[in-house]
Amino acid sequence: MDFTLSDDQKMILGLVEEVCEKEFAPRADEVSTKGEFPAENIKKLAELDLFGITIPEKYGGLGMGYLTWALISEKISRACATTGLIFGANLLCTYPLLQFGSEEQKNKFLPPLAKGESLGAFALTEPEAGSDAGNVQMTAKKEENHYVLDGNKIFITNGEVADTYIVIANMDKSRGARGLTAFIVEKGNSGFAFGQHFEKMGLSALPNVELIFDNCKIPLENLLFKEKRGFRVAMRTFAAGRIGVGIGALGVAEAAFEKAKEYSKQRIQFGKSISSFQAIQHTLADMATQIEAAKYLLYRAAWLLDEGEPFEKISSMGKLYASEVAMRVTTKAVQVFGGYGYTKDYPVERYMREAKLFEIIEGTSEIQRGVIASLILKE
Amino acid sequence: MRIIVCIKQVPDTEELGKVRINSQTNTLIREGVPSIINPFDENAIEEALRLKEKKGGRVIALSMGPPQAEEALRKALAMGVDEAVLLSDKAFAGSDTLATSYTLAMAIKKIGEFDLVLSGKQAIDGDTAQVGPGVAEWLGIPQITYARKIEIDDSKIRVERVLEDSFEVVETPLPVLVTVTKDINDPRYPSLKGLLKAKREKVSIWTCQDLSLEKEKIGLDGSPTQVIEIFIPQSLQKGEILSGETSQVADKLIKEMKKMKLI
Repeated sequence: MDFTLSDDQKMILGLVEEVCEKEFAPRADEVSTKGEFPAENIKKLAELDLFGITIPEKYGGLGMGYLTWALISEKISRACATTGLIFGANLLCTYPLLQFGSEEQKNKFLPPLAKGESLGAFALTEPEAGSDAGNVQMTAKKEENHYVLDGNKIFITNGEVADTYIVIANMDKSRGARGLTAFIVEKGNSGFAFGQHFEKMGLSALPNVELIFDNCKIPLENLLFKEKRGFRVAMRTFAAGRIGVGIGALGVAEAAFEKAKEYSKQRIQFGKSISSFQAIQHTLADMATQIEAAKYLLYRAAWLLDEGEPFEKISSMGKLYASEVAMRVTTKAVQVFGGYGYTKDYPVERYMREAKLFEIIEGTSEIQRGVIASLILKE
Repeated sequence: MRIIVCIKQVPDTEELGKVRINSQTNTLIREGVPSIINPFDENAIEEALRLKEKKGGRVIALSMGPPQAEEALRKALAMGVDEAVLLSDKAFAGSDTLATSYTLAMAIKKIGEFDLVLSGKQAIDGDTAQVGPGVAEWLGIPQITYARKIEIDDSKIRVERVLEDSFEVVETPLPVLVTVTKDINDPRYPSLKGLLKAKREKVSIWTCQDLSLEKEKIGLDGSPTQVIEIFIPQSLQKGEILSGETSQVADKLIKEMKKMKLI
């Protein structure tokens, strides 16, 4: 077992850290308050080639794998969770394209995604289909020269800003999950429009948007994988995406811990810094321990994915654990800050609001426990 | 067009608290202090790359320093320069701005044809702002310092020079040496592809033997500058700024001065 980073990884992380410190972290509060898509940050990620990390060189990427991606995404999320989640949601488009796409589809869609010239998104969630992913109501019909998509998607991360969408629709509702089919839909396709932008408790600059498909005709070659095999595409994508979401949660937890640690050293009460009190020391120790544990679960999930080993169980564990750690750590960080922590003058209340999302997206904590239980009982 | 960018590796000023001085040799103790490309030189690299993107051609980065200065040149390669040359030799040690500019100028002559030499307006460690102009003198070409904007058409260059409270526009035929200010651009970060490529690329290292140099003009022998003493100044107490109506400020000032028994 080897936990050392390669020279390339160290070099890349050095650069990412510099950009995060100088560009993303100082603007994170403003991004959150304004609630505007952080286009500058995304442009910077593109200029640095970061969108191409997991995409093989023949499609214009760097082919460096998901562990490297995770290490980078952790730094980004720690500096700005919104930017981290946009970066992560993009993976939900590139990953299924790489896993299930035809050579033609990869050649067409991956190079602009690798360069960050186009952004990706993944759309399954509907008003009646969240945890119950098989209950997708959006329909797809095959006609002579095209498929016709009809229905609505909600909460779609990167909606409207993304150019390439992996969309899950049902070709046979009577068969439930077995009717699901994945399609590639491009922004600008006629019959494809954007509806409501959902306002959220935190991460207000992260686009979560309604997609509207009304007699949306897409070419036959935009079928991803096979008809009625979309459930498999979705489940595999979620399994990989959970690493990204877990990493996002980890970044938020790390940011909150850092702030709490620094503050505890400066804050004087009873004539001493509060970090000299055992109650605070134990809190910090618990935070650091849980962060460390979450980190290595997620790194291991990414490593398994790179090795081509089954990774679904560990990625669910990583996502479940990291998101709950983020919630606990951010709540404790507010506690360490006391009254100041509850004000908008410090970022810890924002971290706490941001952390909650991670327990919900990409499969709730309850769904993760279900996935983990079903996998361990089969072992 | 062919552009040569002269860069210097300097200690990171954000870490200046860590910089200590060897009072015996009057030099900085650089061990343990991170090094960076002189920030103004990063602007020079960026400008060279932008000119190349517009006009085509080749950008060569040149630096003089200890072997570890190769790291700075590698970053320049990662940002996108085509070629990097490091002048490194024990014989160059102790060079002042005169000897440094002579050595750099001789290296530029060896590189051969060029249209433009760029550098930062000064280095943040020595702050002399002499090496750039010195290089131009040794090469016998015009120099334009403190540029905030550069335009080139055909064989002419037009530069906006920053003055204290205005700017002036200077025009001259090429070749020319230009030193740049921070206002000229925002230096890019290297891309990951650039970074990985730069790792594989070769930085040419030229020693004393590779250049036709007059020995008495290089290193300590070629350096008339004598450093008598070098020290970090004591930081002074922060001044107080009085604001408000002029008459009120004047009253307050007189009161304060009386209190301090100055008047």
